[in-house]
Amino acid sequence: MSLDPRKSSQPQLTARKVTKTFGSLTALDAVDLDVMRGEVLCIIGPSGSGKSTLLRCLNQIERFDCGAIWIDEEMIGYRQDGDTLYELDDRAIARQRLACGMVFQRFNLFNHMTALQNVMEGPATVLKRPRQEVRQEAIALLQRVGLSDKHEAYPAQLSGGQQQRVAIARALAMKPKLMLFDEPTSALDPELVGEVLTVMRDLAASGMTMIVVTHELGFAREVADRVIFMDCGRIVETGAPDQVLGEPLEQRTRDFIAAVLS
Amino acid sequence: MSTASGSRIGTPAKPDPSSFTIKPRRHYGRWLATALILLALSGIVRAFALGQIEWAVVAQFLTAPAILFGLVNTIIMAIAAMALGITLGVLFAVMVMSPNPVLHYSAKGYIWFFRGTPLILQLLLWFNLALVFPTLGVPGLFAFRTVDVITPFMATLLGLGINQGAYTAEVVRAGILSVDQGQTEAAQSIGMARPVIMRRIVLPQAMRVIIPPVGNEFISMVKLTSLASVIQFSEILRNAQTIYFANGRVIELLIVAAVWYIAVVSVLSIGQHFLERRFSRGQANRGRGR
Repeated sequence: MSLDPRKSSQPQLTARKVTKTFGSLTALDAVDLDVMRGEVLCIIGPSGSGKSTLLRCLNQIERFDCGAIWIDEEMIGYRQDGDTLYELDDRAIARQRLACGMVFQRFNLFNHMTALQNVMEGPATVLKRPRQEVRQEAIALLQRVGLSDKHEAYPAQLSGGQQQRVAIARALAMKPKLMLFDEPTSALDPELVGEVLTVMRDLAASGMTMIVVTHELGFAREVADRVIFMDCGRIVETGAPDQVLGEPLEQRTRDFIAAVLS
Repeated sequence: MSTASGSRIGTPAKPDPSSFTIKPRRHYGRWLATALILLALSGIVRAFALGQIEWAVVAQFLTAPAILFGLVNTIIMAIAAMALGITLGVLFAVMVMSPNPVLHYSAKGYIWFFRGTPLILQLLLWFNLALVFPTLGVPGLFAFRTVDVITPFMATLLGLGINQGAYTAEVVRAGILSVDQGQTEAAQSIGMARPVIMRRIVLPQAMRVIIPPVGNEFISMVKLTSLASVIQFSEILRNAQTIYFANGRVIELLIVAAVWYIAVVSVLSIGQHFLERRFSRGQANRGRGR
């Protein structure tokens, strides 16, 4: 894979020893991760392997028990003073979340708002930017995801694929530094997967840093710069898509890929 | 489709369906039920027409100043008590759902106490507060005589509103729980802080679940204000009673009050219908069977 000049070797996101337990279950076991600026990283693995939990920790929707995460050198969740970490308040955490856009498996569009209102909500309510300007941007974003004719549609009137594209536009409206995708096509009917992947492919081509949890191995092979295989809360294998998906070193990776492709 | 005996190849000859005449079936049961109900209704109307009721007195007192004054008081009290009830209801619903155990248990305790005692008893307690606390205020700063502060209006407002809050808290909590957790997560992911998520995302969607029961409770509240007649609040029932103690036209004045209650409740029902439509925006199912 040729290296895109926009993709630098400077990490945009760094995670060290991130650990999360739910009762007796260890969802994340001391995960280390570096994601470069402009990199597209796909995370694959069986369900329960901790890949969604990792994504949710990166955006602080889930609290991690120990370890640390930095986005652009800023530690998330805490304010560091020497060796002491002060837990941040809700408002500061909300501000830090602006760095990441997130797309959910079940879309989670605001059901009481139209497609356009969904996209405008963040910039207008959170960033308090002028409505007219926000509106123009939202219209442009909906056009970018191919939904110019659906401004006034409520989520219930849209197909799954259309809802997910609105959700991507809603996340992009906040101008995030990186985008997190949590199994964005898993809840879709097979014939609707393609339209969402197309939007994600365009986004990757535009140089956005992306972390994508997915079962779409074809998409991972085509678009990812790097693929990570996770199992039991650990990163088992990491490398170029052709290597991890084509000639995996670990038996567990081989088994998983065989199971997905069968 | 061919019949069992018919051949699969040729289409058996059948007459053109448009040549048939169709006789609808007779719904004898429906006719019988209708007749019985009409008979019962006419009996009731006849009984009231012939009964010892002077309809002229009803008409005369329907717009009597004391009755209209009582009506206004009833409406003001219902709105004020409901406003207090909804405010407390939202507050205590959020408290019950708080991770802070002190907030959680104090809200639980409030709901437990006010749902556990009869409303009329609560009204009497508020009204007689002066027996317990002769003065109200902050010691050393200011103090009022309780009898001056706890007028019949205040006692009724506090009694009805605080009691209502305990019920509304449970309705609001159910409404908040009905909104998918994913909505909150999506709102967090675009950087919304907790209070904004509650106001912009969760409560507007919870409204769809909250409004029907709260509308119901508002209608209840209009009628519950009549309990305040026992603590001398001049609502419509008390004023009707005052009049019939003087002129002896008991049934006529009770009918006058009933007419006004039904009128107010009817207006509220229409309002509720429009409110429900407003808050079911974006819902494929607007609550009617199809």
